[in-house]
Amino acid sequence: MVEEAEIRVVRQGGSKITFREPVISSDSRFLLCASGHTVKVFSTVTEECVQELRGHTDLVTGVLLRPSNHLQVYSCSADGTVRLWDFTDGILIRTYVIGYPIFSIFASASHDGVVFIVTASQRDNRSDAFQLVAVHLPACADQLVETTELSAVLGDVSANPAAIAFGRAGEYLASANGSQLEVYFFKKKKSHRFSLKEENRNGGRNTLTCVACHPTDDCVATGHEDGKIRLWRNFSHRKEYTYSTLHWHHGAVASLRFTPEGSNLLSGGLESVLVQWRYEQESQRNFLPRLGAAITHIAVSPDGSRFCTSHSDNKITIIQSCVKVSSIIQGLVTGDEVQTDLMVDPRSKALVLNGKPGHLQFYSLQRDKLLFNLDIVQQEFIHQSGLDQYQVVRVAFDGSGSWLATVEERKQKAAEVEVNLKLWAFDDHTQSFVLNTTIAAPHEARISALCFDPAAGSRTAVLVSSSADGHFKAWRLAAPPAHTDDEGASWSCDFVGAYHGLVPGCCSFSADGSLLAVSFQEVVTVWSPASWELLATLSQPPGDVRNLCFGRLSCSKYLLGTTTKLLCCWNLLTCSLEWSTSMEVSLLLADPLSENMAAFCHQDGSADRTSERSAFLQRRSCDPLMVPLSAALSDGRCVASRRRPDALVIDDAVAMTPFYLLLGKHQRSGAEAPAGGPSSGTPALPQSSAAVRELLQTPAHVLPAASFLCSAFLESLLISVTDDRSVEETGPADQEMESEKEEEEGSDEETGAGGTRPEEAPSGGAQTEGAAPGLTRTQVRELRRVRKLDHSWLAHLLDS
Amino acid sequence: MGEFKVHRVRFFDYMPSAIRAMAFNSHTERLAVARADGAVEIFNFADNYFQEKVIPGRDGRAVEALCWVGRRLFSAGLDGELTEYDLENLRPKYSIEAYGGPVWTISGNSQGTLLAAGCEDGTVKMFEILDERIQFQRNLDRQKGRIISLAWHPSGTKMAAGMMDMIRIFDTETGSATHRMLVERGAGASKSKEVVVWSVAFLSDHTVISGDSAGKFQIWDGSTGTLIRSHPVTKWDVLVLSVSQDESSVIAGTSEGTVVQFQFIASTAGQEDKHWFRTRTFKNHSHDVRALVHTDTAVVSGGMDTQLVVRPLLDKVEKNTQESALRKIAFPHRNLVSCAKKAGLLLFQFPDHLELWRLGESDGNGAPGEILPVKRKPEKLIQLKRKGEDHICCSALSPCGSWLAYSTVSSVRLYRLTLSSNSVSIQKVSKLPKELRSVHQLCFSLDSSRLFASSSLSSVVVVALDQTECRCLHTLKHKSGSKQPIHILCPSEDGRWLAAANTDCEIHVFDLHKKKLHCSVPAYSSCPTAVSIHPASCSLVSVHADQQIFEFSLKQKEYTEWSRQLQRQGLHPLWLQRDTPVTRVTFNPTNPAHIVLHDAFMFCIIDQSLPLPKAETKLYNQMVLRSFPQPQRSRESHAFKICKNFQHLLSVTLLEDLSLVVVERPLLDIVSQLPAPVRQKKFAT
Repeated sequence: MVEEAEIRVVRQGGSKITFREPVISSDSRFLLCASGHTVKVFSTVTEECVQELRGHTDLVTGVLLRPSNHLQVYSCSADGTVRLWDFTDGILIRTYVIGYPIFSIFASASHDGVVFIVTASQRDNRSDAFQLVAVHLPACADQLVETTELSAVLGDVSANPAAIAFGRAGEYLASANGSQLEVYFFKKKKSHRFSLKEENRNGGRNTLTCVACHPTDDCVATGHEDGKIRLWRNFSHRKEYTYSTLHWHHGAVASLRFTPEGSNLLSGGLESVLVQWRYEQESQRNFLPRLGAAITHIAVSPDGSRFCTSHSDNKITIIQSCVKVSSIIQGLVTGDEVQTDLMVDPRSKALVLNGKPGHLQFYSLQRDKLLFNLDIVQQEFIHQSGLDQYQVVRVAFDGSGSWLATVEERKQKAAEVEVNLKLWAFDDHTQSFVLNTTIAAPHEARISALCFDPAAGSRTAVLVSSSADGHFKAWRLAAPPAHTDDEGASWSCDFVGAYHGLVPGCCSFSADGSLLAVSFQEVVTVWSPASWELLATLSQPPGDVRNLCFGRLSCSKYLLGTTTKLLCCWNLLTCSLEWSTSMEVSLLLADPLSENMAAFCHQDGSADRTSERSAFLQRRSCDPLMVPLSAALSDGRCVASRRRPDALVIDDAVAMTPFYLLLGKHQRSGAEAPAGGPSSGTPALPQSSAAVRELLQTPAHVLPAASFLCSAFLESLLISVTDDRSVEETGPADQEMESEKEEEEGSDEETGAGGTRPEEAPSGGAQTEGAAPGLTRTQVRELRRVRKLDHSWLAHLLDS
Repeated sequence: MGEFKVHRVRFFDYMPSAIRAMAFNSHTERLAVARADGAVEIFNFADNYFQEKVIPGRDGRAVEALCWVGRRLFSAGLDGELTEYDLENLRPKYSIEAYGGPVWTISGNSQGTLLAAGCEDGTVKMFEILDERIQFQRNLDRQKGRIISLAWHPSGTKMAAGMMDMIRIFDTETGSATHRMLVERGAGASKSKEVVVWSVAFLSDHTVISGDSAGKFQIWDGSTGTLIRSHPVTKWDVLVLSVSQDESSVIAGTSEGTVVQFQFIASTAGQEDKHWFRTRTFKNHSHDVRALVHTDTAVVSGGMDTQLVVRPLLDKVEKNTQESALRKIAFPHRNLVSCAKKAGLLLFQFPDHLELWRLGESDGNGAPGEILPVKRKPEKLIQLKRKGEDHICCSALSPCGSWLAYSTVSSVRLYRLTLSSNSVSIQKVSKLPKELRSVHQLCFSLDSSRLFASSSLSSVVVVALDQTECRCLHTLKHKSGSKQPIHILCPSEDGRWLAAANTDCEIHVFDLHKKKLHCSVPAYSSCPTAVSIHPASCSLVSVHADQQIFEFSLKQKEYTEWSRQLQRQGLHPLWLQRDTPVTRVTFNPTNPAHIVLHDAFMFCIIDQSLPLPKAETKLYNQMVLRSFPQPQRSRESHAFKICKNFQHLLSVTLLEDLSLVVVERPLLDIVSQLPAPVRQKKFAT
């Protein structure tokens, strides 16, 4: 475990690969696309990412093949640099420092050594004014080159890279902005502007969205917001220009591209249909329909054999000669909103969230690749704005990942919300989820929470759903009646619970599945899933409960809840509030493999608070998606330093129970130690002590007085605790005593039940130390340091 | 502005006839339009698209093609005859039987010597154009199948003929067919149907362009007879083609109501290699575009929906000028309604009958803008069917309502009406003077004692009406030498003056007492569209096609001071931008300073006592003025008081009891009577 680490966000993946138009290499073998701060090189055949060009420190805003060398590629970024790469080997050849954020990059074969970039306009301070600048790239061998030769070509251009295109042999440049087309002739250094009316007679919006130039003819194609494509000709005359209009798209045309020979024009937009127009015979059209999502970019390989289309769902489709989809590169789909929260599939360890409309996506963070989509709604999605469609709003996995529950809902105007609860069983044969049960209208209102019994391995699985209609329902897998010749078990309602007509909020199972906590506005109720009886109600300061979480492992007697202002911890044994602290928690999550919990707060500036039981991560000004992402991960790799050293123990707010006193004293001793000792070692303590176990298993009323127990208890605790804390405390002088203690600890371990946690590796370490008495002190210390490292992540890796 | 009781008349079922053919004479800038009922209209494009002349149709005459040769206009129709029109007397001059069955098309060569007619029997008949007549010269080689369309090569040595399933190219010297170009039929079910080549064009570089019933626009090499390029334009028919003068642009009219432009453009700048590219599409019609003309600056189209549309090509005209505005000419530029001011009767003129209506009555008084209850409904008194085959060209109703006259190209009929409260009798005046043979315009004097008729050679025949007889008093002539027909006659209220305007832009004023020409109004370049003589001041107010207004004092024989001031200051730009001519001028008898005039979209009272509007003031300010308090209202008001409450006006007249008769013909009513257009797939239906 990295001890001194700050909270550091590591970008693992999930960036948009469709942010800018992809580039196909001239041999059609590779596809390059900007993805976050890097440029990814995909193989067009295998769809695998073969290279990642890292180096930019901000968003990459454009990728462009170098016209004079088809094995090199330019990339530009908002960090103000243009970099030249050898993309087959992934080598950064040169960095040109421009100094201004760059929004897009263009080049033409006839302009050697010049690239054209779009930057924010320097003259006026408007943030939406952009200019096209020609940059003369100095030819020198240095790695880092400052460019000085900048000359503005066109002011007032659009920041959209699709709105600028080079014409025949780089002789002119067409730029669209608003409802105006501007053609700049390099030879004459003159530009012609052609403007359309904002709105035409029939209310169509004439705003230009994209531009393409024919490679050999003087013809500029422009796409418009009302779906029309105009082919402009004769634009070298200011007055006698003419255009023809093509109209197939009903939504805005997002991208236009001529094939390299100029025989065809490709267009795409919202309809997710690639339209191929025969040049000069525009009434002949070919269509490639059902591409899945709205087309945002079209790219054509330099030899014209392959097209690729970028889609709004972060997908790149590679098409062979406009007839066949040959491969699909799919990134993380970020739809309108992630309503399902972020889930982790326990089986595949994939991240599960809303993907395409009506789908769930299973996304592998390790490989930054979408594994598969699960069609939940199973209805045709209609591409039309303003249409209410079914959306997946809740997802829950059971502990082993063999059951998946989904809730989809559709809210139509002035109608009741339609809700479906679907349960999916994992099919080993197909390695996918198969629909088992569909429950139409499981509740009369929206379902607010959904959770599975996490420890269902032994019993039949139980699913609890709570709804705004004032009830929560438990669903149980029931075997079908014997006489029916059905396929297998299906789900049915087992119990309907309510509490004083209050509206249930969230629900949570304890780790062993023996308790269910359901919050009813301000009241938390605890139920026994075995008998469905109300065990306890927990009160807390005013405010609706937003989140509920049972502690795990050693802390399983605690239940944490959050209200709008407070974070509260109840002791389930005493049924009382242990402590509460004022903080605005928006999300509370338990680490399924440790006792840590993560709480996400809104406001900046509040200190991170961690204890054995609760680790608070403050929400930094980072990608909103990334924080919940890191929270949902169980293996702790995304956020490297999740287990922070104990900085502060919240002991002042904790109720004074005898057990706590015991524990708390120990805690304080730990806390008094200089900050920096690993907390990871301490959770193991109570487990490893037989005395503690005895203490815990004995009923409270037969226990002797606490003062009597105290000393014995303390001794047992102290022994195991010393291993790290006292090292720093006592210094090298106490080395012998320390080793003694370690031996004691080791023996203690042996007498213990022999936990499986890898933290117990110290016993082995002590033995090796004993076996090799000839080691020097420094070596010993080194060894000890190594031993102290948390290797739990390794174990988890093996587990997964 | 004054308050009027308004008779809002919507029972005039005027239905214009569909446009079948057009021909444009670029030298005189006259457009000839042939309608489905056989009428031919002449529009003067140099004079604000004014409809100068109307040659009435005739039963059984269906004009299929029009052709200008010099200043002569020829037509051909499915009746198998070729007709030349007498544009001075507004009647067909002569007709010649072609003896080839129905004639589908005629086309004159650019030299003006020959006229070719394509006939049903597959022959192309050549007629020699002589000074006074045309004479059959010879037949070209007879083909199987009818000749639908013809086009001369500009050199006159070759000719392309569109037929069924093919295009033939003839050598006009030998008369033999040199090439046969097969036109592909439509796909699918129409495969078994013959394709009709509706229109061909022959360019000077021997390119032949054809439009056919399969919806294709095809470009052929006429010297080798090979197809160069085929553009599918529509799912239905390409009906008509028109080539621009410089042959750089061709437009095609389709059954869908669209006009598609093709342009001859170099594919790369500065190179000679030019191609035909489909460029713009104009959709200004709901029905078939049957006739199309490509002028230098505009696309003129007409078709089944009866409107003539002038769509300027924006690359050829200055932007945001009057020239660049789209024009739709839906109503005739002349009066089809005559009103008996004293009797409260309306006479509606249709091509084949007349309708006489009595206006309704109401005794209520209401607030401005209120609809009064009708006490007596308007009532159709007489429907008078015309005699003979010729259509009615003009009609008149005397102010007292006791005389009714109408005229066709061949005869004039005069009727005496006797109206009592519940019975109507009509009696034809049998003996008419022989001077009343062919008239262009009829008009009664205010006391109904005289009938004025404009006759040939710009003369006016004055007929005295009496209970017992009617006799010709005299013929008024002027000495300007113009032979153009008189299209406006206007007697003064006191019966002393008669103003006559002809299409040569002349206005002559005759003194009826002295029976001779009193004076001629100084010639203005634009044709007068409405003329009237003020009853009190004896000044003549004329409104012209270019929207200018003049007031000419008959006593001083000069323009009045108000008219001069109007000319000095100039009319308001918005007034000049109106695209329909003023068709009637009347005066308010209670307020001599008021001139009432109207066009199709507004009626206006010009108050001569108020200051003229400046260019920067708001012209249409009636609604704004109403909200102002009285002192500000009088400060802000100007001479032009415009009312747009009534639209598609055919007539606005002031009755003697100071109620206003407004005859409206809403365009929607016309559209709803049209046949259904071709079915078109509309997106999202």
